[in-house]
Amino acid sequence: MTQGLQGPRPEERPHPEGRRNAQGKRIDPVQEAEQESRRATVSALVKHEPGVLSLVSGLFSRRQFNIESLTVGPTTVDGHARITLVVEETDAGIDQIKKQLAKLKPSIAVGELSSDAVRAELVLLKVQGHEPDKVHAITQMYEGQTLDAGPRTITVQITGDQRKIDDAVDAFRQFGIIEIARTGQTALARGDTPTTPGESPAASAESTASETQDSSNTHQ
Amino acid sequence: MSERATSTYPDSTEESTDEKPTRRPVTNGAQSVVRALENAGVKHLFGVQGGAIMPVYDALYDSEMTHVTMAHEQSASHAADAYGIVSGTPGVCLATSGPGATNLVTGIADANMDSDPMIALTGQVPSGMVGSDAFQETDTTGVTAPITKANYFASDTDTVGDMVGEAFAMAASGRQGPTLVDLPKDITNAPTDREPGPGRTPSTYNPRTDPDPEEVSAAATALAGAKKPVILAGGGVIKANATEQLREFAIEHEIPVVTTMPAVGAFPEDHPLSMEMAGMHGTGYANMAITHCDVMLAVGTRFDDRLTGGIDTFAPEAEIIHIDIDPAEVSKNIFADYPVIGDAGTALTRLYDAMAHEPDADEWRERCQTWKDEYPMDYQTPEDEPLKPQFVVEAFDAVTDDDTIVTTGVGQHQMWAVQYWTFKEPRTWVSSHGLGTMGYGLPAAIGARLAARDDQTIISFEGDGSFLMTLQELSVAVRDNMDITVAVLNNKYIGMVRQWQDAFFEGRHSASEYGWCPEFDKLAEAFGAKGFRVDEYDEVADTIEAALAYDGPSVIDFHIDPGANVYPMVASGAANGLFALSEDQL
Repeated sequence: MTQGLQGPRPEERPHPEGRRNAQGKRIDPVQEAEQESRRATVSALVKHEPGVLSLVSGLFSRRQFNIESLTVGPTTVDGHARITLVVEETDAGIDQIKKQLAKLKPSIAVGELSSDAVRAELVLLKVQGHEPDKVHAITQMYEGQTLDAGPRTITVQITGDQRKIDDAVDAFRQFGIIEIARTGQTALARGDTPTTPGESPAASAESTASETQDSSNTHQ
Repeated sequence: MSERATSTYPDSTEESTDEKPTRRPVTNGAQSVVRALENAGVKHLFGVQGGAIMPVYDALYDSEMTHVTMAHEQSASHAADAYGIVSGTPGVCLATSGPGATNLVTGIADANMDSDPMIALTGQVPSGMVGSDAFQETDTTGVTAPITKANYFASDTDTVGDMVGEAFAMAASGRQGPTLVDLPKDITNAPTDREPGPGRTPSTYNPRTDPDPEEVSAAATALAGAKKPVILAGGGVIKANATEQLREFAIEHEIPVVTTMPAVGAFPEDHPLSMEMAGMHGTGYANMAITHCDVMLAVGTRFDDRLTGGIDTFAPEAEIIHIDIDPAEVSKNIFADYPVIGDAGTALTRLYDAMAHEPDADEWRERCQTWKDEYPMDYQTPEDEPLKPQFVVEAFDAVTDDDTIVTTGVGQHQMWAVQYWTFKEPRTWVSSHGLGTMGYGLPAAIGARLAARDDQTIISFEGDGSFLMTLQELSVAVRDNMDITVAVLNNKYIGMVRQWQDAFFEGRHSASEYGWCPEFDKLAEAFGAKGFRVDEYDEVADTIEAALAYDGPSVIDFHIDPGANVYPMVASGAANGLFALSEDQL
C-alpha cells in the first residue's frame, strides 16, 4: 500500500570514502580516529546571583558533561563569584563546556587554566583519638592543622593538590577515619596571566556603578 | 549563593521625560510591566487569565495593545512563537502561576529549539509565599531554566519594568530565543511611579556580529578553491534577515543551495541553484549534494541530527565553513574547519567581498542538476485510489500567492507540506522543527495571522492526530473571525508513527490508529467555523476555492490515502546518501 519515489537504489549510488569521528571531525586515515579525554580545570567568573550554581550544575547534567568537582565562592568584587570546575572530557567537549558556560546570563568570563596554574583543595578529617601523638606527627608531615582534639576524636585540616590530599587520607586511615569532608579543586592562573580572559586584579576589583546601584534580584 | 544580585538596569528616572503625554503615569509594578512592553513596540499578546497574573491583566485593560485570549496556555506560547517567526520581533505570551506557567512550557521549549524570539510573562504567588508550596505555585524559573535563553525572577517593583525590557531585548538580540519573567503578585501589585527605561541587554551579553577578518579570509580561500561547493542555509539566515545576502552570494558565485527545514523559504525553491531541503525527509538531490560536496558553507545551522543523519557519514569529505552568531554552535556536532563567528548577513557580505574568484564548479553544478532528474519528487494519483496528500498540498500551492504563510503540526502532513509546496519567500514557512510539537499548526496560524499583513493568506496543514491536540483554538479563531484555512490531511492514523511501525516494528500498529476521530468538518461547524469534507480528487479544487473565499476560519477534512508514506527517508542515524525511496529500501 506504500508507493515510493523513483531513482537509483541506495546501493547503486556513488558513496564517498571519507568518515568523521564522534566529534564530527573528518578522519585523517593516518591519525587516531577518536579523541582521548583529558582532565581540565575551567574557571568561570560569574555574577553572584541566587540560582547561578544550579544553572551551572544543570548545564553540566543536561549536556552530559563529565564533572569531577565544582567549587564556588565570592571574589573581592561585590556581586562577583568564581566557579572552578574540574572536568574530564575530550578537547571538543572542553571547548563546548567553555562556550556553553560563557552563554549563561550571569557569566562574565570563562577560561581554562594551564597545567602550571596554582591549585589546591582542602580536606577535613575526623579520626579516632587513641593515638594523639601519631596523629599530630602525620598532620605535621602534611603541613596540616589540628582543628579539634578531644578524648575520643581528633579533627585535622589538610590543604594541597589532589595527590597530596589523597596521600594524606591514606596516611590517616591507620587511625580509623570517622568522618571526612573534602572540597573540590580551586585554582588561579600563575603569575600575571589572567585566570579568565580579560581579567586582571585591577579590573576584577572594579565594579561598575550600574552593577551596584540597585538591589534588584536577577534570578535564574 | 544567598546574596541578592546586583542590577544592571539603568536609572530610569532620566528616561521618564520621553514618556508620551497621553499615557497615564505608572502607579504599580504591573503597569510598569505593561509600559515596558509598549515601549518595546508590542502590539499583540497571547495568554490566559488567572489569579497570580491578574494585576498585569488589570494593567492591560488600559493599554492599546491587543490581547488575544487563547483557549489553552500551550497555544498562547505557540501563537507567540509563530508571531515571532513571521514578524521577526519577539512574540509575547502570558500565563498565571503554576498550571498556567507549566502549560506554556511546551511552547517555550519549542521556541528555544528553533531560536525563535519570544518572551513569556508568568504570574507567581506573592514573594512571601514562594517556597511554601502555595496554591498554584511552581518554581517557574527553575522549570524553564534549561529551555530559555535567559529567565528572570522579579523581586523589586521599581525595576520590574526594566527587567521585562531587558528580557525582551535578550529575546531579540544575538541568537534569538525565548526569555521569561516570573512576576510575583505582590511585586506587580505594589505601588511604584518609576517608568521603565529603554530595554537593554545586560552588560555581560555582547555577541560578536562582525566576524574576524582572518576567519573570513581563510574561509574565502577555501570556498574559492572548491570544486564541489554547497551552501547549507540554516534557520539563522532568516532570523538574521540575511536572505538577500544569501541569495546574492549563491547566485553570484553559482553555488547550489541546500536548506535545513527552519530555513525553508530563505532561497527560492524554484531557482535552478536550489536543491531544497536536506535531512531525514529532504529531497534525494539535496542529500546527494551534501554527501558529495568538498566544501560546505553552513550558515546559521546547529547541525541537528534530523539534518545530519549519522555524524560519521555527514558530508564526510567536505571542509566545513560554519558561520554562526553563537560560538557554542560551532564544532558542537560537526567540526568546523573554518569557523566564522558573527551575524549571518554581515558574515556573508564580508565573505562575498573576500572571495578572489568564484569556485570552478561547472561539472559539480551539472552533477547537481542530474541528481534532480534522477531523484524526482513525484507521486501517483490513480483515480481509483484514495486522495494523495501531496496532491492536496500542490492544489493549495497552485492557487495561492508566494507570500502565503503555511503553518503545520508535526508528522507526515508536515513533511508533505514542506516537500510539495514551493516556498519562495522567508517567514512563510512556520513549523515546529527541533522540538517536533504536534498541535503546533492551529495556534501558530493564529499567531501568524496577527503578525502577517491582512492580504497574506494563512493555511495550516494538520494531521488528524496533530489537530486533535489543540483544536480548541478554533474557538479563538471564530471569536476574532480570523481568516485561516485549516487543511486536515486525515488518514486516521498518527501517521508518522504508523510509517515507522511499518518500517521498523513489523507493522504492529500499537496505539497509532485513530479510527475514532471526530468528523472535523462538523466539529468546525460546532465551533462556528466553516467546515468542508473532501474524499475525491474532483472535489479538491472547488473546495479549496470555497474555503479560501470564506471570510473567517474554515476547516477542510481531507480523507487521504491512509497508507501514504513520506519519502525520501533517511533512517535515524543513517547516512544521508542512503535515503530510502520506498519502504523496501529502509
